[in-house]
Amino acid sequence: MLFSGLKVWTSRSLWIHRLHEGINGGGKARYSSCSPKVCIVGGGPAGFYTAQHLIKARPDVTVDIYERLPVPFGLVRFGVAPDHPEVKNVINTFTQTARHKRCSFYGNVNVGKDLSVTELQEAYHAVVLSYGAEGNRRMGVPGEDLSGVYSAKDFVGWYNGLPSCRELGPDLSCETAVILGQGNVALDVARVLLSPIDLLKKTDITQPALEVLEESRVRRVLIVGRRGPTQIAGTVKEVREMVNLPNTRPDMLASDFEGVKEALKDLPRPRKRLTELMLKTAMETPGEKEHERREKASRVWGLRFYRSPVEILADPERSSRMAGIRLAVNNLEGSGEEARAVLTGEMEDVSCGLIISSIGYKSLSIDPSVPFDSHRAIVPNNMGRIQEAPGLYCSGWLKTGPTGVIATTLNNSFDTVRSMLEDMDSGTLNTSAAKPGSQSINALLENRGVKPVTFSEWEKIDSEEVRRGAAIGKPREKLLTVEEMLQVAGK
Amino acid sequence: MALVTALRRLVRLREFAWRTAAVTSGSWPRTQSFSSGHLLRSDNKVTVHFFNRDGEKITVKGSPGDSLLDIVINEDLDFDGFGACEGTLACSTCHLIFEEETYKSLGPVTDEEMDMLDLAYGLSDTSRLGCQICLTKRMEGMVARVPESVADIRQSQDGS
Repeated sequence: MLFSGLKVWTSRSLWIHRLHEGINGGGKARYSSCSPKVCIVGGGPAGFYTAQHLIKARPDVTVDIYERLPVPFGLVRFGVAPDHPEVKNVINTFTQTARHKRCSFYGNVNVGKDLSVTELQEAYHAVVLSYGAEGNRRMGVPGEDLSGVYSAKDFVGWYNGLPSCRELGPDLSCETAVILGQGNVALDVARVLLSPIDLLKKTDITQPALEVLEESRVRRVLIVGRRGPTQIAGTVKEVREMVNLPNTRPDMLASDFEGVKEALKDLPRPRKRLTELMLKTAMETPGEKEHERREKASRVWGLRFYRSPVEILADPERSSRMAGIRLAVNNLEGSGEEARAVLTGEMEDVSCGLIISSIGYKSLSIDPSVPFDSHRAIVPNNMGRIQEAPGLYCSGWLKTGPTGVIATTLNNSFDTVRSMLEDMDSGTLNTSAAKPGSQSINALLENRGVKPVTFSEWEKIDSEEVRRGAAIGKPREKLLTVEEMLQVAGK
Repeated sequence: MALVTALRRLVRLREFAWRTAAVTSGSWPRTQSFSSGHLLRSDNKVTVHFFNRDGEKITVKGSPGDSLLDIVINEDLDFDGFGACEGTLACSTCHLIFEEETYKSLGPVTDEEMDMLDLAYGLSDTSRLGCQICLTKRMEGMVARVPESVADIRQSQDGS
């Protein structure tokens, strides 16, 4: 039965393959003069979902993806927590897209530096910007730059092997860490700081990060938010992971949950379930088994609500280093999602040796020719059409701001494609004149000494990483520098 | 047998991913003639009616034990973005909406499934994730609706 099953599958693949050939056989030559050529800037999930949908929707379109790093997949590789391997399954679909005949990947190409957006617009009928949100919002408080204060973006980049964060070297020799912000990134960081090391050893977390975490003395992590439990930005899956994290117990303040129970009935289901989980964790007397589990736990996590950072306090003995944080106590004005935190004037100091600021990522402008709303840190757009810039589109976090899970990015990218298809059909996006596409761009890159990494060259890096991981019982051991990536790619 | 199932599933998922990335919508046969189990166990099949995002009805058959996500993959049903995490309970893209009676018969929902459903677009009281529902003979003739995405709703409001 195994073999008969497999046989059917094999013959089916072949059949699909033939049909595929039929549709696309000599596709590039056949459509070279009139097929729409689209390029995508940024090889993360938004870029790949945009490419996938475009290729599927139009049998004549060709898509080139330009990525600054030699390796693809953006935040799926560098953002998704190492202990969430299931989320990374989307890479399988991205890989099939990248291997498609009408899709090409060019890594190691820094648009904004190696190429201008205008040059891409000259070579392609349409340009989609999906380079995400590489900056981080600053707290804007005194002491923010003291040693011992890190942005979550850098901390996550460090444990996930982002080359620019390789030398972060966070000092985890303290007992208490404070995380500012209560989104899923903050919860990921808290989980990584408190996870039993044996759980992390089986993930693709980098070996240097694993070694630092193994020596970590952090025992207590406080996750601080400006507003209340019914405004927390994290989602229920991540909060539940904290509740269930082995060898940890929750430490919440009953005062943070005053009146929350009464507010439950008016909440929509997702917010209600999340709030109920926190209420139960904070207020209910645990059952015998849970009580025992908490008693044995050597590490502590806690959510702290209604607190805003005012100042990072320097160590009196080492003034370049932080030793604590001053928090302002807030009241809420209004209710629900729109409630605003208002200062009460009351202050509170917390001693800690590590602060991680996780108050949000931020998109940056990469080219002065592209409209950019620096207040909202997005490209102003209408359903993915960049305003006052025909032929320019955006998808992902650059389009919406840095929120949402993978399904949000998927839908958002599909929307942008829908806008582009409408524009192609209506003639708003003119695709009648032939464009050179990657041909002219590759010539430009060669002149400038830039060596793009193709998808098959990335697959060499991939194999090497998987090989190194297998040797130490991990799914992958990431290469940590651009130089080494290029070397393995054969550049 | 678990290994065989896992292996076959892997082959299907890879192929499905490749197909969804590769092909013009509508150019795929929506028959069951290429489904692996059909020739072997045709007497044992369960009929399922899907309504896609455009409201179009698609009737297919699946084998008991297959999840609704498996059926979507096996039958090459073209539901955009369906099954992004490949059935590992890490996304909500295989969200389906059922009739109330059907929903009640589907059995209990785990917290983890509810957690993911809470992030789904168009969440309803009778929503489930397709990857968590395994076919039984009792489900013969069930109806599952793929919800519209938020963008579709917004677009229809714009009239665009």
